[in-house]
Amino acid sequence: MDIINEEIQRVPQVLGKKSFKKVTDIIAKPSESPAPKWWVIGLLGSMSLAALLFSLIGYLIWDGVGVWGLNNPVGWGFAIVNFVFWVGIGHAGTLISAILFLFRQKWRTSINRFAEAMTIFAVICAGIFPGIHVGRIWAAYYLFPIPNSMAMWPNFKSALLWDVFAVSTYFTVSLLFWYVGLIPDLATFRDRATTKVKRFTYGLFALGWNGSNRHWMNYEKAYLILAAIATPLVLSVHSIVSFDFATSNLPGWHTTIFPPYFVAGAVFSGFAMVLTLLIIARKIFKLEDLITIRHLENMNKFILATGTMVGYAYAMEFFMAWYSANQYEAFAFINRAFGPYAWAYWIMVSCNVISPQFFWFKKLRTNIPIMFVISIFVNIGMWFERFVITVTSLHRDFLPSSWDYYIPTWVDIMTFVGSFGLFFTLFLLFLKYLPIISISEVKGVMEIADPHYYDHHTEDKQ
Amino acid sequence: MSQQIFPKWANTLPIIVLIVLVITLGLVVHLFWYWLSPKHLNVGYQPKQPIPFSHALHVENVGLDCRYCHSNVEKAAHSNIPATETCMNCHKQIKTDSPHIKKLTKHYENNEPIEWVKVHMLPDYVYFNHAAHTTAGVSCVQCHGQVNKMDVVYQAKPLSMGWCLECHREPEKFIWPKEKITDLNWRPTNQINLGLQLKETYNVNPGEACSVCHR
Repeated sequence: MDIINEEIQRVPQVLGKKSFKKVTDIIAKPSESPAPKWWVIGLLGSMSLAALLFSLIGYLIWDGVGVWGLNNPVGWGFAIVNFVFWVGIGHAGTLISAILFLFRQKWRTSINRFAEAMTIFAVICAGIFPGIHVGRIWAAYYLFPIPNSMAMWPNFKSALLWDVFAVSTYFTVSLLFWYVGLIPDLATFRDRATTKVKRFTYGLFALGWNGSNRHWMNYEKAYLILAAIATPLVLSVHSIVSFDFATSNLPGWHTTIFPPYFVAGAVFSGFAMVLTLLIIARKIFKLEDLITIRHLENMNKFILATGTMVGYAYAMEFFMAWYSANQYEAFAFINRAFGPYAWAYWIMVSCNVISPQFFWFKKLRTNIPIMFVISIFVNIGMWFERFVITVTSLHRDFLPSSWDYYIPTWVDIMTFVGSFGLFFTLFLLFLKYLPIISISEVKGVMEIADPHYYDHHTEDKQ
Repeated sequence: MSQQIFPKWANTLPIIVLIVLVITLGLVVHLFWYWLSPKHLNVGYQPKQPIPFSHALHVENVGLDCRYCHSNVEKAAHSNIPATETCMNCHKQIKTDSPHIKKLTKHYENNEPIEWVKVHMLPDYVYFNHAAHTTAGVSCVQCHGQVNKMDVVYQAKPLSMGWCLECHREPEKFIWPKEKITDLNWRPTNQINLGLQLKETYNVNPGEACSVCHR
């Protein structure tokens, strides 16, 4: 009975009796108060890791891809694994901001800004890896259709090229979507600014927003159109990333289940990353009333659903390996689960398939420490999924004499760690200087925004 | 509103940005397609040679065939620069008083090669075979221009990959009968018909795959 009542009554989106001004105050607080100690330390740490990333990229370009652990059968290693990992993470942001917007899921309003920012920073990190893995980086412009004297033209039949366009489109659309959503809030920050520099900077990016009716009309239209453009991208981008593997003829990669499986995995990993970051930010900035336990629970439901889909895909790959009666396919999968990389495979299965199953229980999916731990497990598991797909399919190819074991070098590992530095540098700057919750949208879903609010709450009238 | 920082002209910014963007894109394309291309960077390269040998004089006035000096062009991948001995076949008797010929004779007597400066350079990662081209009916003039009119040799064609591919894709537009390839003044009356016919006769089938030239 309890559950039914709760559903019928519609849980409020914002808890506690709050005025509009109070909401603005809460969200604007980090940008208006001096930088806290943890933030400065965190930023310095992240920036030094980001500096490490860029120096290792310099080392890679100077010395060549030999500084990585790639060997003869394993020509794709950490670079591709990290690329797919970071792109995947981005997908939750787009799903929350675009698809849930079109489906009028009002609970998205307090997490969409945060998730979209994560998308953009993750795609920036992702974009680095395919850019640097080409070996001769000075020839990377071959990827773009620029008329040149060599008559070199991109191979439009290659999935790797589709990827270039898929990811760059994704980044552009995500950035525009995020920015358009930010405009009214930037204007709020501008109007509250106390210093000239702040007023100018926020004012510049607020594009002269004055909250007029006409501005709102254009804004709503633009936002809706961008949501509609971004929606197919949630499905297309990771489908195309999966084509990088699926359009080849390699057993373990050449599978029709890859596109939906990759999309589910991407949303899965993205939600886990949003959750990890959100739990911390919510605590630090005391946003418990704006990002309620219900928001977290909803995200856990997504994690459970997509995690189970991913588990289904793992099982289906094995079924197809048996059902196809193709001995090479069968070998690839037996080797995956019981070969030299079995450790990676079982880390993946336990993190991705088993750990989200705890979310079947309401007690567990509303328990913050537990969901934090599980979200970390999912992040780890999803990185290992890409590792398993890339490395185990390659390391034992058709010719047993060329079989080898791939071990990443310190450069591989530190480049990956460095990419987290870049991600957190951008993220910490975002936390400090931008509204991490969409002020205007959250106000729209508050109880007080209901035109009939005062019909029932006469006592609040002042 | 005191907060507004945009003056009225800012309304034209989107158009300005659009125009700048189009111009920038155009410039990037221009940069790669023309400015960085051998068509712009290499054509006209005319280094000073140690001895001012005039191709125009030797071909047009004396009437030497290209193959008298560049004797390997139909037989080997590399077309040779003639040995000093080849020059001396004539210059033992002719113009022996000229200071340049004296220099030539000195090289010959001391058994020291003349350090001619290479004009037509291809990158190391390109495999180019002169014999394969001359026996397919590609005239000297197609790649080197009218050397018979040059007092000092210069690079007449871009030698870029795109330029190579023009012929590899449509050889009928360029090939001539083998016996005409060193006649740099000769021109066919109907290139396409001739080319198509020669393509059959010589079995000309140039590849376009990477490994045809990059081996």
